[in-house]
Amino acid sequence: MTEELKAAGSVSAKLPAERFDVIVVGAGPAGNAAAYTLAKSGLSVLQLERGEYPGSKNVQGAILYSNALEKIIPDFRDSAPLERHIVEQRFWLLDERSSLTSANYRSEEFNKPPYNRYTIIRARFDKWFSQKVQEAGALLICETTVTGLLRDNAGRVIGVSTERENGDIYADVVILADGVNSLVPSRAGLRPEIRTCDMALAVKEVLFLPKETIEQRFNISGSEGSVTEIAGGITHGMLGTAFIYTNKDSLAIGIGCILEGMKKQRVTPSELLEGLKNHPMVKPLIAGSEMKEYSAHMIPEGGYKTLPELYGDGWVIVGDSAGFVNAVHREGSNLAMTTGRIAAETIAALKAAGKPMSAANLAAYKESLDASFVMADMKKYQDMPDLLTNHPQYLGSYPSFISGALHDFLTVDGKSKAEKQHQIFQGLRQQRSLWGMLGDAYKFWRTFK
Amino acid sequence: MTNAETQEAKRADAGGSPFSGVNVEEKLFQNRYRVDVGRPHIRIRESAVCEDCDFKSCTICCPAGCWRLESGKIELVTDGCLECGTCRIVCDQKNVDWNYPRGGFGILFKFG
Repeated sequence: MTEELKAAGSVSAKLPAERFDVIVVGAGPAGNAAAYTLAKSGLSVLQLERGEYPGSKNVQGAILYSNALEKIIPDFRDSAPLERHIVEQRFWLLDERSSLTSANYRSEEFNKPPYNRYTIIRARFDKWFSQKVQEAGALLICETTVTGLLRDNAGRVIGVSTERENGDIYADVVILADGVNSLVPSRAGLRPEIRTCDMALAVKEVLFLPKETIEQRFNISGSEGSVTEIAGGITHGMLGTAFIYTNKDSLAIGIGCILEGMKKQRVTPSELLEGLKNHPMVKPLIAGSEMKEYSAHMIPEGGYKTLPELYGDGWVIVGDSAGFVNAVHREGSNLAMTTGRIAAETIAALKAAGKPMSAANLAAYKESLDASFVMADMKKYQDMPDLLTNHPQYLGSYPSFISGALHDFLTVDGKSKAEKQHQIFQGLRQQRSLWGMLGDAYKFWRTFK
Repeated sequence: MTNAETQEAKRADAGGSPFSGVNVEEKLFQNRYRVDVGRPHIRIRESAVCEDCDFKSCTICCPAGCWRLESGKIELVTDGCLECGTCRIVCDQKNVDWNYPRGGFGILFKFG
């Protein structure tokens, strides 16, 4: 590689004039997984990233799912910047102002290596992943925004245009890994715009606390960590969830809701976050912390039914850009890595067989996805977004009923237990008819099964 | 009163959120930015369209408070933008001309 190419990271540097096997747009989990896999297979790879360094534009909670990364870098634990391994998952229902209902799952099994999930800090993790990509032989150029796709007369994608001087670069195939706010494929007409009912916005703060304080407050030690996922009135009845993740010496706290809800209810994201931080069940956990970053990120939650075409002549789309998110299980980065890897494996196999990167040949990418857990999971929950959008009681009246019922049941006030049970049941009936409840239970089961 | 102002007034009457006064600028102060001075990456296509807009969802949904309603007019200042893209998605009129900042400019997440 020439010195000129190595220095290409600065804005004034020239872009390479050569033609590449593959151009990867974006250096997030999907782009890095793809670029790494391709470079390891010996293909010439150019990866373009608009940030100053990989990770500088990327936002996630963040939980790393080991399995997806193990399939790409089996020994990642030896060098990746990991925060804590998860030993406990807390599911919380928080009402708007005062109460908490929770179910926790903690197991010593989660304390046995190799650990299954970790908290990570994305800016650090992405830098590490990118280092691996470059060591594998891919050429990374940062501070370069891709502005469009280049096509030949037949409409085949043959490269990308960038904002740089003489900024056109050519390749046999382009992998679109430009993230949730996926401008390049949208403008190229490769995917429809995402509707506000299919898109969530999450806001997050990183709060620093001494390591010992975090361990005390969350009942963890060493490199143990906990995950708290929160639903209920804290989202003002909007479709959404909140979270608290433990890093080594910081907490990630955030809340996200579907944008359609925010538009209609006119609740701002920062109000939601303040409501969460000031909730009496949360406030003591974050007391005395120092806020060092405030971030926001959209999450494509429309699921299977909103997936666009995944490939065409000279291009494939992966990760958040395509909408690979399992909203029910809070998974996204693992789907990003897996779709990136599978796209790369497809391309490497075509290259090895000397076949062109045509839509007909790239269809193998979708076939592989169909045969993997990615599409199985996406399909499993395909009706969930519609169910929750059309039946807000699942996240509205039922959670508030549960906290109200527990409150009544646990308050000793001289009423007989039979009278209390009757009251609780009547309270539920007032919110929803018996047939309505049975129908809700059936629909929920159907969507989950 | 425009529809948006009426809705805003209703929101205030209803007691709104107890945190409606939260100062987003103070939060943004903790972030690192490399501002591309004089080259905002988001523009309003037609200001008249914003004036006629009944909902002005951008002023609610923008997590960085870049979109403000100042005496009935939409004001856009992109310096604190978190580059989430929300304003582009929530604008029913498609009146937001949204581009990524030039390479290297804009928000620089330390943690992300």
